[in-house]
Amino acid sequence: MQKTLLLSALAAVSMTGMAQAEALTGTLKKINDTGIITVGHRESSIPFSYLDANQKPVGYAMDLCNQVVAAVKKKLNKPSLVTKLVPVTSQTRIPLMVNGTIDMECGSTTNSKERQKQVAFSSHYFVTAVRMLTKADAGIKSLDDLNGKPVVTTTGTTSDRYIKQNEQGKAIDVKNVYGKDHSESFLMVETGRAAAFVMDDILLAGLIANYSNPKAFAIVGPALSVEPYGIMLRKDDPQFKALVDGTLAGIYKSGQINAIYDKWFLKPIPPKNITINLPMSEKLKEAIKNPSDVGV
Amino acid sequence: MGNYQWNWGILFEEVYGTGEFYYQWVLNGLGWTVAVALSAWVIALLVGSLIGTLRTLPNKWIAGLATAYVELFRNIPLIVQLFLWFFVLPELLPEAAGMWMKQQMPLPEFFTAMVGLGLFTAARVAEQVRTGILTLPRGQRYAGLALGFTLAQTYRYVLLPMAFRVIIPPLTSEFMNVFKNSAVALAIGLTELTFQMRQITGEYAPANPIEVMSIVSVIYLILAFSVNRLMAWVERKARVPGFISAGGK
Repeated sequence: MQKTLLLSALAAVSMTGMAQAEALTGTLKKINDTGIITVGHRESSIPFSYLDANQKPVGYAMDLCNQVVAAVKKKLNKPSLVTKLVPVTSQTRIPLMVNGTIDMECGSTTNSKERQKQVAFSSHYFVTAVRMLTKADAGIKSLDDLNGKPVVTTTGTTSDRYIKQNEQGKAIDVKNVYGKDHSESFLMVETGRAAAFVMDDILLAGLIANYSNPKAFAIVGPALSVEPYGIMLRKDDPQFKALVDGTLAGIYKSGQINAIYDKWFLKPIPPKNITINLPMSEKLKEAIKNPSDVGV
Repeated sequence: MGNYQWNWGILFEEVYGTGEFYYQWVLNGLGWTVAVALSAWVIALLVGSLIGTLRTLPNKWIAGLATAYVELFRNIPLIVQLFLWFFVLPELLPEAAGMWMKQQMPLPEFFTAMVGLGLFTAARVAEQVRTGILTLPRGQRYAGLALGFTLAQTYRYVLLPMAFRVIIPPLTSEFMNVFKNSAVALAIGLTELTFQMRQITGEYAPANPIEVMSIVSVIYLILAFSVNRLMAWVERKARVPGFISAGGK
């Protein structure tokens, strides 16, 4: 008798457990309750998330996020769900995610182990390599050629960190100079204040594509660091993360990712109809084949 | 939703892969902030006192030139002025001089910020000095001249000593502003305090931006408040009994 009681109690507990797994939690519950999904976007992370001529956020990451929003609408059965767009910067994105202002961030955010202490990331949707931009006629081919020269990078990163990590016993001493944003760092190379600009290769490619004479600049040298980008999400929210990862996996599996990639990296993009012309890297193909959210 | 993982010890953690610690970055930034603010303040006081005095001279041409200086430097935003000094000036100079500025000049960011911030603040100091002089009763100038002082001596012994006492409160604000405005120097890549804050909370950041921003805010508060107290002390020491009411207490 007691045994049966215990068994039925166990059964009841496991039933509630299952029912709770289906109930909405975390971000999905919040979205369901408020009827609003808030998407954080960047204003100048070309071509991931930036403003077009109509000041509307567009880009590769925005296309992927829009599919996530569509999946949320379907899952909650709420076609009238309102999408609220909030601009964020490298400084504000983590606080705004943690304090509940935004539900996901669609930009160019590296999935790092350090950041995973505060936030979570979807599976990777892009992989960038940190490399050097130089003038094509500067004769700089490798790290050795930088010895004693000024090297610029944008505030928020240090080039000498990457250079030191890649020296491998060679003694290279560079003078660090800084631009407040990427276009200013580019200007420093253009005007001769710096010999090289160390940054994510995709951002360098975008700057070169926008320049009046793209052939005057080249991206050279080894990959100083390899960084995967992910959609930033709230931590400890498995239900929403599963939905985001599932949506991305579907886009990867169906091959739709190739069309989205081509649209932003191989074809002319707004606002100036410039083509970045960066074919899909082996690292990204690998990330699409075997989705992963392991940070660097 | 508030589940931020606070970590006030973040500054004492190592910068990944460098062997440096974040607090070293902040101290380095503090050093540059203090250096650029103090040196800019010296320029601002010297140039500002001169320009402000010139504006009150009877000679119309000299006063006009001084006025032109004030209007030029007061009506262009500081950040634009720094860009002009840093990016535009070398392109306007003869090529050799321009290349020297870009590649050989020692500490280009520091000297550009010092001169840019100094000349900008000088325009504001000049207005305060001028106001201070104009505040004095006209009879003081005449009294000085009537005693047989030259115009220069009248300024040196009668007008300026009183005028500077009158303007200590607005000068205090300007001295505090020089520290706060020095943050703009990050735009030309000077690695001052706000720059280091952005460096630590930026693109390749650790995960605790709020603590870093708070700590940097407190450092600015301490800096500006120290200036405030120092100037209050100067004001008390320089007070002429019966002329200016006891301020700064």
